Amino acid sequence: MQLCCFLSLSLPRAGLKQGPSEHIDNDHETSLPRPKWNNKAEYLLTCIGFAVGVGNVWRFPYLCQIYGGGAFLIPYLIALVFQGLPLLYLELAIGQRLRMGSIGVWNSISPYLGGVGVASMVVSFCVSLFYNTIVAWVLWYLFNSFQEPLPWSQCPLNHNNTGYVEECVESTPVNYFWYRKTLNITPNMETSGSLQWWMVVSLATAWSIVYICFIRGIETIGKAVYVTATFPYLVLTIFLVRALTLPGAYEGLIYLFTWEILKNPQVWLDAATQIFFSLSVAFGGLISFSSYNNQKNNCEKDAVLVGVINSATSIYASIPIFAILGFKAHTNYVSCLNGNILALTNDFDISDMNITVENYEQWFDSLNGTHPSRVSDLNLKTCDLQTFLDQSASGTGLAFIVFTEAVISMPGSQVWAVLFFIMLFSLGLSSMFGNLEGVLTPLHDLKLVPKWMPNELFTAIICLLLFLMALIFCLGSGNYWLEIFNSYVGSVPFLIIAFFEIIAVAYIYGIGRFSDDLEFMTGHRPNIFWKVCWLVISPLMLFVVLVAYVAVQAQTPPTYAAWNPDYVNFPDTEVLPYPDWVFAICVLLSSVPVISIPLVAIYRLICCMSGRHSKDSLHNDPNPYANEDYVVERARP
Amino acid sequence: MLVRILVLLYLVGAPALAQTLCQPNASNGYRVRISIKTALGNQAYEWNENEMFLFQATMAFAMRRYYKTETYNVDNIIVCNQTRRVSFWFVVISPENPTMLIPKADVEKAVSALTTRLPCRPMSNSMSRHRINNAFLLTDRTLEFLGIHPTLAEPVNPDTPPWLIVFGVVIGAVFAGIIALLVSSLLQKRRKEKGMMEDGQDEEDRQMKGVENGINLDGIYNRGFTDDDRFTKL
Repeated sequence: MQLCCFLSLSLPRAGLKQGPSEHIDNDHETSLPRPKWNNKAEYLLTCIGFAVGVGNVWRFPYLCQIYGGGAFLIPYLIALVFQGLPLLYLELAIGQRLRMGSIGVWNSISPYLGGVGVASMVVSFCVSLFYNTIVAWVLWYLFNSFQEPLPWSQCPLNHNNTGYVEECVESTPVNYFWYRKTLNITPNMETSGSLQWWMVVSLATAWSIVYICFIRGIETIGKAVYVTATFPYLVLTIFLVRALTLPGAYEGLIYLFTWEILKNPQVWLDAATQIFFSLSVAFGGLISFSSYNNQKNNCEKDAVLVGVINSATSIYASIPIFAILGFKAHTNYVSCLNGNILALTNDFDISDMNITVENYEQWFDSLNGTHPSRVSDLNLKTCDLQTFLDQSASGTGLAFIVFTEAVISMPGSQVWAVLFFIMLFSLGLSSMFGNLEGVLTPLHDLKLVPKWMPNELFTAIICLLLFLMALIFCLGSGNYWLEIFNSYVGSVPFLIIAFFEIIAVAYIYGIGRFSDDLEFMTGHRPNIFWKVCWLVISPLMLFVVLVAYVAVQAQTPPTYAAWNPDYVNFPDTEVLPYPDWVFAICVLLSSVPVISIPLVAIYRLICCMSGRHSKDSLHNDPNPYANEDYVVERARP
Repeated sequence: MLVRILVLLYLVGAPALAQTLCQPNASNGYRVRISIKTALGNQAYEWNENEMFLFQATMAFAMRRYYKTETYNVDNIIVCNQTRRVSFWFVVISPENPTMLIPKADVEKAVSALTTRLPCRPMSNSMSRHRINNAFLLTDRTLEFLGIHPTLAEPVNPDTPPWLIVFGVVIGAVFAGIIALLVSSLLQKRRKEKGMMEDGQDEEDRQMKGVENGINLDGIYNRGFTDDDRFTKL
């Protein structure tokens, strides 16, 4: 009878297991089956929903605008093909093969790289904190869209009803509503202000909705994504039809079709980072989602599908956004002209409506010729359509300032505002599923959940903990902190994690073994394109992007834009440097998540060196039937 | 004869005197600016003598309303310096004494009079102004009394802000859903436990048969026989 013995000198290999007798269906110690997707559509919709987020709507159009649509699309598509798709395929494949969350997967591939999983989890945790705050802001605007007139369309009266609030008059009603009524922002970061109760209420709503979708794990998520992943497309189509019929839409769309020479190297960096962050790799969420799949699933097709749909959505979303921005520029231009026309009409007593937008130029020239001093005394504004069109904004500025201003001028504003904010809410919520999944699944796989605790309670505790920690963003200075989290946690750590992921799979796990796994799952070996990308192109691109990104960040001084009503140039934001303690926190935020990668490696190295015979430290799933006494006996000479 | 001359002088002189009372930049006069085409577009009416008469009549009406005692007439409103814009100056003279101008402040009060009897309307606190505007189908912006600022429309302040109502509906639905799902999970677990206790006998039979294809999840798979790779072959 053959007796087997352990040989643990080499790293444990999570290799190929034969056919139907493999039992990684079950979670390790418990006999609870691993949850499964109800059908393929739910899985795909969840991945697409995770990848397609608010960034597709408010970051991609901005980049198209500043670089020119035609010029930006080329590096964007190149980055998608050579960097985005290989990373996506890699994550979906290892999750599906190893059937564990991010920590378990990286521990299986190589215990020395278990830190990658921990880093993924920590980063997902931090991102969940601030991402749901953005969702809370969207909810706040959504609740306020059910009023006539819209609260951001006019200035409120001051307390003795003699005039309008000064801060609102000096800036605009839209800015006032965002900075004062929503954020109640403090003039700088040192003043924390107090908790804004309406923000706390909105945040509680956001977290409750996330919780109800997570209550039964992927069972409820799978149902929720039928709505949250598809609704944005419906709204985008409605907006497309509406926006194309608005005046000024054509001028706005020109941006998408401008071609310029790609002389600015910054465009490559922005394209690569945009693709990377847009696909939501390195969060661990995609690994978790694909771990609930059947092993015999063609993840190559899934990866290509998700990547292509994500980019197509970005391009599709740009069209109504640009059209509406063009409409807004046109409206601003016409009201600027109308102001000038009124001034001229009143001063020269010309008959009402004799000067119109069309013949303004001729009237102006003739009046300027005959009475130049009187005309110059009027201080007419120069109205240039191109200046209005060039005003661009991204991020929260686009959604809460620029777009809300455009919506006021559209007939039936409440309907458009409600539709827009529900769309942003769906986009944000479906991305939150992936963020939170990247936190919950590794915790389950690490077996940190006590057995007596039902899953619902554990999820509730995590959601409550995240809600309490996110209260920092409900303070007066909350927006400044959110920008910090967004810039420092949501950028460099991901690049580092993705770089280690691809190195781990391509070089440590081995491309040969990975190809065997892929053949087992999809039925064919990956072709030369994938192999070359995984081995050479993607790591190189990632490394270059990481270095370039850090270099650019290091050159920009650490400053932030503060909204200070007492500032000399008031409606402009005041540029202030970060206080030292805040800068220290920024550095911590960038480094602490990724510090776990070397820490875990060193820890494992020490354990391995000191306890060569204690095999348990290297194995995550101790076999309850392995009789170790017997093995030790055999190893003795 | 003398009386006749005096009457003639009075009849001729009064309008002339009145005209001198009304001048651009008169200390007790107001300038009015009307923008009919801006307000009404295609349905704009022509500004002519009849419309001017209506204006004088509405101003007299405003004065009567404010000073409930004296009787004002169209003749008491004197208009001058009309331009194409349409803009003109007007002054109000007292009905008793045609040489006396009603002071600027009183005219302003009459135009933007607040009536205390009627409740405040949300649109405009100024009842007379509202009536004057309506007579011409214009608004505060298109019928301007330069120097009299329109009172700012008081915003409607409902008792509960509308956003709280929407929030209440949403959060109520979410909590109801959470409770429903938790209760149904709990009931499902209880039912499963009861079911497992009742056919405990069947469980043992199934375990003895062993597991096939990994689909039967009730038994515990004997892992000692699966992890071949972890043991090196001798």
